[in-house]
Amino acid sequence: MSSELTRLTAAALAARIAAGETSAVEAAEAHLARIEAVDEKVHAFLHVDREGALAQAREVDARRAAGEELGPLAGVPLALKDIFTTKGVPTTCGSRILEGWLPPYDATVTRKLRAAGIVVLGKSNMDEFAMGSSTENSAYGPTGNPWDLTRIPGGSGGGSAAALASFQAPLAIGTDTGGSIRQPAAVTGTVGVKPTYGGVSRYGMIAFSSSLDQGGPCARTVLDTALLHEAIAGHDPLDSTSIDAPVPPVVEAARNGSVAGLRVGVVKQLSGEGYQDGVMQRFGEAVELLRELGAEVTEVDCPSFTKALAAYYLIAPSECSSNLARFDGLRYGLRTGDDGSRSAEEVTSLTRAAGFGAEVKRRIMLGTYALSSGYYDAYYGSAQKVRTLISRDFEAAFGRVDVLVSPTAPTTAFPIGERVDDPVAMYLADLCTIPANLAGNAAMSLPCGLAPEDGLPVGLQIIAPAMADDRLYRVGAAVEAAFQARWGHPILEEAPAL
Amino acid sequence: MPGITREEVAHLARLARLELSREELDHFAGQLDAIIGAVAAVSDVAEEDVPPTSHPLPLTNVMRPDEVRPGLTPEQALDQAPAQEQQRFKVPQILGEEQ
Repeated sequence: MSSELTRLTAAALAARIAAGETSAVEAAEAHLARIEAVDEKVHAFLHVDREGALAQAREVDARRAAGEELGPLAGVPLALKDIFTTKGVPTTCGSRILEGWLPPYDATVTRKLRAAGIVVLGKSNMDEFAMGSSTENSAYGPTGNPWDLTRIPGGSGGGSAAALASFQAPLAIGTDTGGSIRQPAAVTGTVGVKPTYGGVSRYGMIAFSSSLDQGGPCARTVLDTALLHEAIAGHDPLDSTSIDAPVPPVVEAARNGSVAGLRVGVVKQLSGEGYQDGVMQRFGEAVELLRELGAEVTEVDCPSFTKALAAYYLIAPSECSSNLARFDGLRYGLRTGDDGSRSAEEVTSLTRAAGFGAEVKRRIMLGTYALSSGYYDAYYGSAQKVRTLISRDFEAAFGRVDVLVSPTAPTTAFPIGERVDDPVAMYLADLCTIPANLAGNAAMSLPCGLAPEDGLPVGLQIIAPAMADDRLYRVGAAVEAAFQARWGHPILEEAPAL
Repeated sequence: MPGITREEVAHLARLARLELSREELDHFAGQLDAIIGAVAAVSDVAEEDVPPTSHPLPLTNVMRPDEVRPGLTPEQALDQAPAQEQQRFKVPQILGEEQ
């Protein structure tokens, strides 16, 4: 019975809880038992908040017993990426510099989850400060991909995606600066959405690159993702870059999947050299499926996309070098070398050297370089021009089509350790996801099959204009239904037992 | 564009307040050089007449009424401090004796 609860979709589990067939406490206990049984192998969680989760579940059951009207996901457990502050619950952002830190406040996303009765099981593993594509940059050790524990689960939100794929949680929250929700979804056979920039509040989401960072929902189905999207989205006065407009009707769209008459553009620049054969084969089949379902498919030219990766790896490090200046060892977090003889500046330099990992140091120095006098125009200034050109490519494309599609990542999950000391090779994992971050568009990844050569999941990326997030769900739901009819079951049924 | 030297990396580390060892400087110099080589493609547009984009949303100033609202108490704000004294963050010496 309890193991069966962990296999349900969030929508089905919520329905059972609402009907009184099971309780929020039973659902939480089943997932905590699953974590106990498998997370030693997967390492999706940095912190499991057993007592907090059970207390929250008891509260949901009590509110329901008192006849309160609860939200559509009340009582459903969730894995929260360790980048969101949780009052009194450890929040490390995958870094030693925040080891043991207990935030004095909740992020807006955390607060909204609690208000919706969604039960936070714990904090999921991630690349340090969300910088990475494999979760290997976590200071607390990598997460394994449930499809093959010797391979990466993507990053930076590998813990969230792996928790979903190993049935430790039916819902998870991620953040996507250059693909950190979508690429992990792609390589684990799960669903993830980067909402329109400004769609979900960044308050209490530890900043990496503020003009790109976007929190969003992750789940195993398109409908579950939409339900979670609706629970966390909306304007927040505490985030001045949050959009003051109604949340697009994502749940309604996910319940009414259709692509009939829809104009779909295949991005010409997101294919070719460096793309794995099996990825392109499954992507090609997904495009064919869209045609069969009644979409009008054309090829779309986005010439500036070829410079997106380069622009991103100047803009994101530049912003991070500024954002991470707050970690100075003076007010909270780690302090090293304060022996009474050293100055504040020396203590800060020693603390940052001890508290940050290699990738964070690389990006801080790269950003410092790109912003320094004499290089600013050539690097940061040019990257900002590329950003304009990419937005123009999107504008032109969305004048002709309703959504764009591409593979989510150029390859399936690679082995842990393979790219860890080759930053340039690692950065290529974000090749297809970055353009949507630079322009602020909404984008989704959902499974489109297993690559024939390695049996690992392949993701289909759908990109919509800003504030048209509902289109992702309308298309995603149609594609998901058609693929599952073809496969006879959800793709995760094919993942090996842990 | 020129590559990056070990001396430049040492300078960047100082600017960024990162106390790096000799070995780390050697390691990072090679890697940063490779990364800068890979991202230099953006400079193709340096001379083009294109306005820069710093942010996806066309926002200027976002204003709100200046109202007093409850915030953290001094105890909450200081709770996670590495060191505190007399309801303040206690930090190492910032100015030298002679300053």
